[in-house]
Amino acid sequence: MSILVDRNSRVVVQGFTGREGTFHAQQMIEYGSQVVGGVTPSKGGQIHLERPVFNTVAEAVRETGADVSVIFVPAAAAADAIVEAALAEVPLIVCISEGIPALDMVRVKAFLRTTRSRLVGPNCPGIISPGKCKVGIMPSRIHRPGSVGIVSRSGTLTYVAVQQISDQGLGQSTGIGIGGDPIIGTSFVEALELFAADGETEAVVMIGEIGGAMEEQAAEFIGRGFAKPVVSFIAGQTAPPGRRMGHAGAIIAGGRGTAADKMAALREHGVHVVENPAEIGRTVKKVLG
Amino acid sequence: MKIHEYQAKELFARHGVPVPRGEMADTAEKALAAADRLGYPCVVKAQVHAGGRGKAGGVKLARDRAEARAHIAAILGMNLVSPQTGPEGRRVRKVLVEQGLDIARELYLAILLDRERETPVIVASSRGGMEIEAVAREHPEAIFKVHVHPASGLFPSHVRNLAFQLELSKAQQQNFARLLAGLYDLFLGCDASLVEINPLIVTAHDEVLALDAKVNFDDNALGRHPEIAALRDIYEEEPLEVEASKYDLNYIRLDGNIGCMVNGAGLAMATMDIIQFYGGAPANFLDVGGATSAERVKEAFKILLADANVRAVFVNIFGGIVRTDLVANGIVYAARGLDIQVPIVIRLVGTNQEEGLRILRESGLNFVTENVLADAVSRVVALAKGA
Repeated sequence: MSILVDRNSRVVVQGFTGREGTFHAQQMIEYGSQVVGGVTPSKGGQIHLERPVFNTVAEAVRETGADVSVIFVPAAAAADAIVEAALAEVPLIVCISEGIPALDMVRVKAFLRTTRSRLVGPNCPGIISPGKCKVGIMPSRIHRPGSVGIVSRSGTLTYVAVQQISDQGLGQSTGIGIGGDPIIGTSFVEALELFAADGETEAVVMIGEIGGAMEEQAAEFIGRGFAKPVVSFIAGQTAPPGRRMGHAGAIIAGGRGTAADKMAALREHGVHVVENPAEIGRTVKKVLG
Repeated sequence: MKIHEYQAKELFARHGVPVPRGEMADTAEKALAAADRLGYPCVVKAQVHAGGRGKAGGVKLARDRAEARAHIAAILGMNLVSPQTGPEGRRVRKVLVEQGLDIARELYLAILLDRERETPVIVASSRGGMEIEAVAREHPEAIFKVHVHPASGLFPSHVRNLAFQLELSKAQQQNFARLLAGLYDLFLGCDASLVEINPLIVTAHDEVLALDAKVNFDDNALGRHPEIAALRDIYEEEPLEVEASKYDLNYIRLDGNIGCMVNGAGLAMATMDIIQFYGGAPANFLDVGGATSAERVKEAFKILLADANVRAVFVNIFGGIVRTDLVANGIVYAARGLDIQVPIVIRLVGTNQEEGLRILRESGLNFVTENVLADAVSRVVALAKGA
């Protein structure tokens, strides 16, 4: 098993014919993901990467039976692209695009609650179930199939952690990048709920960062009886307050959202918190015995 | 993005949020003329992007012309040092001169995004004029919150809830309702991330006004608000950060001595953390981005080396999609074009890393390459200490 995406996932790419969309769709195809087509308004009817292009997501879903959409459109059009995928009742929407205004995400999430779609991201590397399906931009080479679930607000830092885990001879069930924005589709708690129900996942690595309270909420959730071991690293232990550290969501505001608070909350609920990011792989190996 | 108080008050006025009469001035003559027009008493306020101006001597009440002249001379051009400016302080280039008002009560009002509820929240307090974090700590019962969603909008009950908790009279409530509606309109319409009035004052005549004004904007939305982007004052920003922003580099200056160049925000933060874990101190946060070019790497080098505190540089690149041989070429190109006097430790991992490392080795430049994260960091920490 794995969560969210697997061999049967049928993926449609929004922003298919653009530079980013083309490059990453090609990489996904090479990995073996079932990319069934793409969407670029007013380019419907064309063939791109040997796959059909549609004008709307609704048409793509009708014609291909797509059940996952991945979004590579520019920031200014990305909120609308999420809404379009939800209108087409795509069960899983993965938004890679970075730079969506926060108040747009407030409106998008309010709308999503009236639909059956799940959003992952925005501003995230996507989802990978190694050996089965990749929907996103992460380097597939560092992943290997296995039993460690990964959930992270970051991109390259996650790759570093994945590499360490693979170097220990372990693999990943599914890796989810939930995104670095203040308002995102799927939270740590929701990802943990999915990992809890996944038979293949034996441990979870959770990579958080400063800002917000999602890690504290995850700590409480884990404390209420999450049965699998969790290893966590929180980036930004040395970040100054009040400064946005690259990610729109990575900011200590009004003294809240510090790494110290998050690490303390996680420790209190039995999470293996590592202070040194070079120790993530070894710590996972240790907790799995 | 941040703006000055006088700019925030102009935005307030345009959105129907009452503010005292006032004028911005950047010379002593203009400031004194403004004071004469406004009449006495008046208030002279330093315009810098930092809080704590009052305690730092940047806000003064003038009862007459002589006092106004003295205060203007003292504040305009002063180096204002508050906990928010850091020890080096900030030069005051502009003042706001405002009419003096008859203050009956000082309250607090703000609108910001509640990330957990995923919607804006209006925060009010009956204890204005002090730091809201201190009120939250010492008098949590004096802080009132109501959530409001853009999809449903502001209802009279939102306003009523706050007005009664703030113990406003009927006349004051009506004025407060108009002010809050304007402030909420500004928050949504300008894509603000924070609007804050501290203090919000009630006068002896039941008027409700914004005595101070702070507005921060969502950087992701500035593209659709060119008139707000134009309010940016680069004199209020760290010069190296301004330079970095020209190249879309995410750079934040810190006070350590190890310059960092990293791809990805999370990894850049983690790199700062691990440097400290091994006993060093990062000089900066710098994310060169995922798809980085030789030109960007060169600009990034220039910026982090312009910090005179830097004793060693740590380049930490995880090439996922970006090929590390291209990054290596960028580093060599940058180093050849610059006169680099400090040791550089490079960790280059990922796609084509053998080729990348070969390029670095064969460049003839004095790089230390180290691909085990912990070893690379120990090395750069030692080099920064002069080992």
